[in-house]
Amino acid sequence: MNLPVRFRRRGGASLWFGAALVAALIAAAAVSLFWTPYPPAAIDVPHKLAPPSWAHWFGTDSLGRDVASQVLAGSRISILVGVIAVGIGLAIGVVLGLLAAFARGLIEDAIMKLSDFVFAFPALLSAIMLTSTYGPGVVNAIIAIGVYNVPIIAKLTRVTANGVLAREYALAARAAGRGPIAIAFDHVLPNIAPALIVQATIQFAIAILAEAALSYLGLGAQPPQTSWGKMLADAQNVLYSAPWLALYPGVAIALSVLGLNLLGDGLRDALDPKLKTRS
Amino acid sequence: MLLEISGLAVDLPAPGGLQRIVDRASFSLAEGESLGVVGESGSGKTMTALALMGLTPESARVTGSIRFEGRELVGLDEEAMRELRGDRIAMIFQEPMTALNPLHSVGAQVAEPLMLHRGLTKRDAQQRAIELLGRVRLAEPERAARSYPFALSGGERQRAMIAMAIGCSPRLVIADEPTTALDVTVQARILALIDGLRAESKMAVLLVSHDLAVIAGHCDRVIVMYSGLIMESGPVEAVLREPKNPYTLALLEARPRPGAPRGARLRTIPGAPPVTHENRAGCPFAGRCALTVNVCRTMPPPEVAFGANRFSRCHRAREVGFAQ
Repeated sequence: MNLPVRFRRRGGASLWFGAALVAALIAAAAVSLFWTPYPPAAIDVPHKLAPPSWAHWFGTDSLGRDVASQVLAGSRISILVGVIAVGIGLAIGVVLGLLAAFARGLIEDAIMKLSDFVFAFPALLSAIMLTSTYGPGVVNAIIAIGVYNVPIIAKLTRVTANGVLAREYALAARAAGRGPIAIAFDHVLPNIAPALIVQATIQFAIAILAEAALSYLGLGAQPPQTSWGKMLADAQNVLYSAPWLALYPGVAIALSVLGLNLLGDGLRDALDPKLKTRS
Repeated sequence: MLLEISGLAVDLPAPGGLQRIVDRASFSLAEGESLGVVGESGSGKTMTALALMGLTPESARVTGSIRFEGRELVGLDEEAMRELRGDRIAMIFQEPMTALNPLHSVGAQVAEPLMLHRGLTKRDAQQRAIELLGRVRLAEPERAARSYPFALSGGERQRAMIAMAIGCSPRLVIADEPTTALDVTVQARILALIDGLRAESKMAVLLVSHDLAVIAGHCDRVIVMYSGLIMESGPVEAVLREPKNPYTLALLEARPRPGAPRGARLRTIPGAPPVTHENRAGCPFAGRCALTVNVCRTMPPPEVAFGANRFSRCHRAREVGFAQ
């Protein structure tokens, strides 16, 4: 009831600041679909490495491409990677986690051991493995980051689902003759959704960072596609003569990640009933 | 007989092997009858109730026989058991605060078993849910049906739980400490409600409680459990007026009584119940009992019958009430 009121009181500044930054990120991606100051890939060698000016707000890079347009276009890749990688994590992780919580016994052990195994590989390492085996590119980067998300979501789902299943209403639902699938959808999922939403937000931020890192290493976005990580890699050679090339994509990454983390923290405060303030 | 249980045993895995939680339980329940199960925490009364529903933990091993309406429930597959639950056998839980899902309206939760077992449409089930909420005497049943659990008081929630349980006219209702979480005046009204519903629809009630007064007022017969064993069983009045088992006697003496002299101390039972049910050579109560003799520690106590429907599990059953 009265969610907005509760959000204002409990989510606090971090929720709204985070939400504003994330909204700005989404808006940038949406705008870039229809309009950028210049075509992001348009080469204009005579005006290369121009400092920020009225014509080129964020300056131009070593091939004369407009940095502002590239930053705008790069936000699309970041969002795409985040949405799909987190989507993969949720789609597979939630199913595995619920299966583990309901099946118990051997199946639970097997799923959790598998999760531990995948989890034990540093995300970047497994991403590098995957992209170097199947070739660099955004799709493989997304899959690698998505796979990394699966065990995190699976573990969280299992733990929170076990918590719900231990509640009396889950037992009451069984006493009423309901089957496991009905209980999963009716009782477990709605009650663990807040925890999953918070975690998904955090994983989204991690996915953006991971994509930037992979693209920086040349394993993510390939030309003519552009991404913030790739822009950073290109900027490295001219860091001292044209620092704005690194500054703007760097700031974009930092603000996006900051926004998502603040949003996640704020949502956790707003959704966690344990932090309920007595009025 | 509606329900006949014989030699029921429930084992749970514990460090160092299986632990017997319910041991050799045998009792029966007729249509419209009310049976009280009394005992302290850990006596196995809740596990007995869960065994009837087929809701013991996955790791538990249930042996013996539970015949309900002539059908054997021990070893019955989950699918068939699910059809019985909520339809022929229903359960009322202890904590009305947590036994309702906070995210669904009360009406939807009461309607759920009706859709599941009676094949009612959502609209019909909702309508019937409002009738049921009226039947359990909730004021303004329409409003109650629309509310979420947090908006109801404990007593109202327990009424809603009862409405949910009786929706499909079950033949047996298991009430596991249904009033423990409620205050005394609400408790009396809830128990009266259950009595009324039992009289109306001839359903049998298994009332699990640690409160002898509750059992005395609302049950026809009682079984007294201790450490997984049924220590005494018989008609409520006879058992409580003239207990034939030292444990029942000790329970009765530990109750506060009106008219006791001011400053009089309550009798307590010395010691604590056995944590593990391992030492089964003798009687589980031997360490705390005032009547213990050597044989109590070495031989399991026999069932001593007093007439057709009463027994006490004690070596010295015939001396209880005289020796003290």
